[in-house]
Amino acid sequence: MLRFLVTRVSLVIPTFIGVTLLTFALIRLIPGDPIELLVGERGIDPERHAELRAEMGLDQPLLHQYGIYIWDVLQGDLGRSVVTRQPVLHEFFELFPATLELSLCAMIFALSIGLTAGVIAAVRRNSVFDHTVMGVSLTGYSMPIFWWAILLILLFSVNLGWTPVSGRIDVIYWFDQPTGFMLIDSLLSGQEGAFTSAVRHLILPAIVLGTIPLAVIARMTRSSMLEVLGEDYIRTARAKGLRPQRVVGLHALRNALIPVVTVIGLQVGVLLTGAILTETIFAWPGVGKWLIEAIHRRDYPTLQGGILLIATAVILVNLTVDLLYGIINPRIRHAR
Amino acid sequence: MARIVTALALGTALTTGLGGLAQAQTLVYCSEGSPEGFNPALYTSGTTFDASSRAIFNRLVQFERGTTTIIPGLAERWEVSDDGLTYTFYLRDDVQWHSNDDFTPTRGLTADDVIHTFERQLNEDNPYHELSGGTYEYFISMGMPDLIESIERIDDYTVRFNLTRPEAPFMANMGMDFASIMSLEHAEAMTEAGTPELIDRRPVGTGPFQLVDYQQDAIIRYRAFDAYDWGEPALVENLIFSITPDPGVRYAKLQAGECHVMPYPNPADLQEMEEDPDVNLLQQEGLNVGYLAFNTEREPFDNVQVRRALAMAVNKDAIIEAIYQGAGVAATNPIPPTIWSYNEDVEDIPYDPEGARELLAEAGYPDGFSTDIWAMPVQRPYNPNARRMAEIIQADWAEIGVEAEIVTYEWGEYLARSNRGEHETLLLGWTGDNGDPDNFLYVLLSCDAAQNGTNRARWCNEEFDALVTEAKQTADREERIRLYEEAQVVFKDQAPWVTIAHSVVFEPVRPEVTDYRIDPFGGHIFYGVGLEQ
Repeated sequence: MLRFLVTRVSLVIPTFIGVTLLTFALIRLIPGDPIELLVGERGIDPERHAELRAEMGLDQPLLHQYGIYIWDVLQGDLGRSVVTRQPVLHEFFELFPATLELSLCAMIFALSIGLTAGVIAAVRRNSVFDHTVMGVSLTGYSMPIFWWAILLILLFSVNLGWTPVSGRIDVIYWFDQPTGFMLIDSLLSGQEGAFTSAVRHLILPAIVLGTIPLAVIARMTRSSMLEVLGEDYIRTARAKGLRPQRVVGLHALRNALIPVVTVIGLQVGVLLTGAILTETIFAWPGVGKWLIEAIHRRDYPTLQGGILLIATAVILVNLTVDLLYGIINPRIRHAR
Repeated sequence: MARIVTALALGTALTTGLGGLAQAQTLVYCSEGSPEGFNPALYTSGTTFDASSRAIFNRLVQFERGTTTIIPGLAERWEVSDDGLTYTFYLRDDVQWHSNDDFTPTRGLTADDVIHTFERQLNEDNPYHELSGGTYEYFISMGMPDLIESIERIDDYTVRFNLTRPEAPFMANMGMDFASIMSLEHAEAMTEAGTPELIDRRPVGTGPFQLVDYQQDAIIRYRAFDAYDWGEPALVENLIFSITPDPGVRYAKLQAGECHVMPYPNPADLQEMEEDPDVNLLQQEGLNVGYLAFNTEREPFDNVQVRRALAMAVNKDAIIEAIYQGAGVAATNPIPPTIWSYNEDVEDIPYDPEGARELLAEAGYPDGFSTDIWAMPVQRPYNPNARRMAEIIQADWAEIGVEAEIVTYEWGEYLARSNRGEHETLLLGWTGDNGDPDNFLYVLLSCDAAQNGTNRARWCNEEFDALVTEAKQTADREERIRLYEEAQVVFKDQAPWVTIAHSVVFEPVRPEVTDYRIDPFGGHIFYGVGLEQ
């Protein structure tokens, strides 16, 4: 197990280097610079432009800039935003709980419905339910997020008035946020109605963000279950006279989960990407919306730092998933 | 930001709408983005000005809400010397500063605060100059470093600006956002506490609203400042900016009653808004101009006949119908009709494709030529859809044999390249900063501007330049009007631009909002705005 752990962790290092190099290079390939965007139509004379570039360190050769960046990163310094002048790390951790809360709720939504629907569809193969689940999940998977979000807002918020349009909580609630997780902080605040308001604000964005993972998980669970249900040991279990729920729930599901867990790990990346759009539409103050702003303003340090930190989160989740395999299925651990 | 744990006195109303809020007189504005900071001198974006200078701060002189008229601000009166080189401001002696968790002021506004504000931007040796990046681009682009020779403290409530040259628009400049007056005592206290940067993040101003809380990318909370009793007051107790970047979502929030006022509606939603009983769609002619500039340094645009011919071929009415959806007026002069000195007698170059063809032939291009049209990649109040506009102009020019290729770049790149003069013709525009004609005519069309890039036509006409330069240095308003009127005649005759349109600005507000006025400078101002119970 230890060797397995060391191998997996050592693979993380080149991944990190790749991420820093890619983000550094890619964002500099986008034309335009922060100074032009700062002054807009007003224009700036070339001397002052050069002066500001030098202040931001943008006049140095690219390799030199990258060297400085990596050196600073190794010391835990991700730089300061060229727009707000705040440390990138500070801004990230201020906003990340909002993204994490939304992503977790989206994942819980996707898992609870996706797994259940997938299992039932597999057990009742070729039934109306099966065809419906597969059809709906394909639609969900193909749905453009922004369109889906606007549709839900128009229906549930504007026409029916069941859910709020956007934000994390009603503006009438105002309290300290020690954890940054609105659900927890609203409970801690003791203000009547705050928690309910936070939950109501989470519903639509979590559904929107969870839709694609839900579709993927449902389809994956179904096909994986179907494969396992055809195995000899399942037939044996049934022949032994075990109750169908036990056969499906214990023998089949546990083995069928292995590929599903991989997919769930990969969906974390999808969730964080999806968060960028979802957060912008729902005015959700998380890192996705923050990164979009940084792209618009060519805020290089924020973009580099933000992407690096998100990549770290994705890598850690996938590492955890790899380790989880061993727990779910000892064969994998021993085979390695 | 440390948050003060306070529940708004709203009882236990469990409502998502604004019914509960109205009881406590809370006005919610669905703003379009996060401010870059809270010091308006460091930034140039309207989003930052709305959140800082227009709510929290005051200036020596101000613009009357909803107009371009200069009225007394922190200075109750002022004197200008006969040679136009000295401006003496007499400050009010009853102006109080805001307080917050970190700072409680011990004195009111004095001349020291005014000097501190301008010295910070002007003087590289000022201890606060480099703070928060030290990018005073607005101050610099308005030419203030070259203009202000010195600032003198005459007594506690009198301050004098000595200028290097007479500059008539100086008073208007003093009303601009970058000239918002900051507290010296606050700066000193924060420096002593080892957190000088807080002066730009947790601002202390003199204005009608004081900042209470800012949660990045989510919400800004203000409370009416009780001691602000000398200017137009805040009529609501609480002001909230609920940051909502998507225009469609802002409209949904307005409909659902989650906000009272929203900026920048989606043009496609305007018709629905007009019919919506929950929305008052306010509109006003904007202080702006959308134009197509010819790069007059390049052939054949150095030839005035070519420029006039191409201007003659553009069907502005069709553009106004298709691009501005009727919400714009054809522009004749480079300044909008709402600005003083607008010359009513100037006649626009008429739409006449046949005449254009003849003129082009006279200029030596009977078979036309090839060129480009640069179209901005962004939507602006002065040009809601540059790409589509370029297509219409392309078709118009094709009629007279001129083949134009449409070119576009990412916005920053577009600005940088056009600043360097890489275009042949380009679409752009301008929204006024201070209501002075100089802010259009000199900033966009002078020879100085041709060198520093804001004059995208790179047009340097001696006659025009002499007129606008003289007007800039003349104190007498009547004389300035005469000079600017003459300059507009020269401009039209020489046609460095095709003046396209002055657009109408729309702002949807809920019916319970009272006396909200559209700011001609594009700002969003909430003092003097009330809510009907």
